[in-house]
Amino acid sequence: MKRIAISFAALALGTVAAQAEIAAGDVQFDDYGAVEMSLTGAPGDPEQGRVIMTTKSMGNCVSCHAADAYADVPFHGEVGPWLDGAGDRWSEAELRGLVVNAKMTFEGTVMPAFYKVDGFTRPGDAYTGKAAPADLPPILSAQQVEDVVAYLMTLKDD
Amino acid sequence: MKFKYTHSAAAVLLAIGLASPAMADEEAELVINDEIEIVTKTTAPAHLDGHLDEILSGWRFRSDDTQAMQMDDFDNPAMLGAEAGMELFETAWGSEGKSCADCHTDLESLSHVRPTYPKWNEGAGEVRTMQMQINDCLTGRMGAEAEKYDSNNMLNLEAALSSVARGLPVNVAIDGPAAETWEKGKEIYYTRFGQLELSCANCHEQNYGNMIRADHLSQGQINGFPAYRLKNAKLNGVQGRFKGCVRDTRAETFSPGSPEFIALELYVASRGNGLSIEGPSVRN
Ligand code: HEC
Ligand code: HEC
Repeated sequence: MKRIAISFAALALGTVAAQAEIAAGDVQFDDYGAVEMSLTGAPGDPEQGRVIMTTKSMGNCVSCHAADAYADVPFHGEVGPWLDGAGDRWSEAELRGLVVNAKMTFEGTVMPAFYKVDGFTRPGDAYTGKAAPADLPPILSAQQVEDVVAYLMTLKDD
Repeated sequence: MKFKYTHSAAAVLLAIGLASPAMADEEAELVINDEIEIVTKTTAPAHLDGHLDEILSGWRFRSDDTQAMQMDDFDNPAMLGAEAGMELFETAWGSEGKSCADCHTDLESLSHVRPTYPKWNEGAGEVRTMQMQINDCLTGRMGAEAEKYDSNNMLNLEAALSSVARGLPVNVAIDGPAAETWEKGKEIYYTRFGQLELSCANCHEQNYGNMIRADHLSQGQINGFPAYRLKNAKLNGVQGRFKGCVRDTRAETFSPGSPEFIALELYVASRGNGLSIEGPSVRN
């Protein structure tokens, strides 16, 4: 939080345009699991968000969620709900909360937390089966989370 | 759950209109060589009350082609391993010049083994998997070196021992002295491991029947092991499979042969009490 405060100060002085990134441990959720504040201050790129969601080595959301919106990508999972219309059903802050840590919105959900670095049982180093490094990175970076949120916001029902 | 599955799978197929993995016929019945009737679906054992009503073999979730390969021993690539295991059974192995057959007559006399392991061993004061028991014979009675966990020889012997037990019901004991190990295995089954925070139950109890990417989730039963996987074209042991699943949660895995996986094997085997032994099986 300190870093953020500093960056706002800098903003006020008009010297720095970008907000410092909010670290995984510092994200603030409201009572319903939503995250109001952008993790980076920079707008997300929906095109990039779509790539992240549908690429196995990135978000791999498609392994659990199907959607007409990315029907060109093969092998949609059915563990989670369809995502078409997610941008109508949820606000941007709610979607950010879902991607950062869906367990704050849905208690006990099987959906993994994509921007979280501790509190795991036997965390590993990605898919190697080996122990995680001490500074385990979140599955998605702050900007990748923003990109995914930006893409989810485009999933409207009409 | 079944309705949801059929409904949404059909919708996915319609929506993407692309080659999708061939769907299983979950209602098919397995008869091997037109002779051995295999129970692939039955009422769940009492200890699963509140978790599952019905237990299903992984065979039911495989594509028609993969299902068919297991219906005839000539088409089942896993049977090559079983044959190699049958030969090993007759082969003298260590400094004592003895084969398994010298003590056990023939494989058929051991048909009760595959359905009842892992099992409490009174003398050793521990729960033993088949592989641990085989190693005890190798080192204790035959003067041979212990085999590594999931070595080719081990998997071939397991395949041979499974092949003679096909059609017999899984019936591992979970009470008495095995209870403590069983409880430990149960705890592991429901623990959410790794950075993805997923337990065995999240996938195999809550989501069996659903697709996860290109994989059709089964109940993760082990009545079909050892399993010949088309993916790696060889026999795979139970604990090697566990290791792969734990790794896929972005976790630090346990090793085959570890106390954790021995306990987990007992627990997962007990979730299949009542299904037939059908291994060595074919899976993708
Ligand atoms: C392992 C499975 C899994 C993965 C991977 C996963 N989700 Fe989910 N997701 C779920 C489940 C299950 C729910 C429903 C919440 C519940 O009831 O537990 C859900 C709910 C959601 C919702 C709300 C659904 C709605 O439309 O009402 C959104 C949005 C969402 N996920 C987005 C994502 C994104 C984006 C990713 C990847 C970055 C992702 N999910 C990865 C399982 C998953
Ligand atoms: C992220 C999802 C996921 C988790 C968590 C998971 N598995 Fe699996 N498992 C799979 C998939 C996918 C397959 C291949 C399709 C199938 O048979 O279900 C599989 C297959 C299996 C099989 C082979 C079944 C057969 O008939 O060939 C076994 C046994 C198994 N899992 C046990 C476990 C155990 C025990 C755990 C926990 C330690 C576990 N799995 C955790 C996804 C998972």
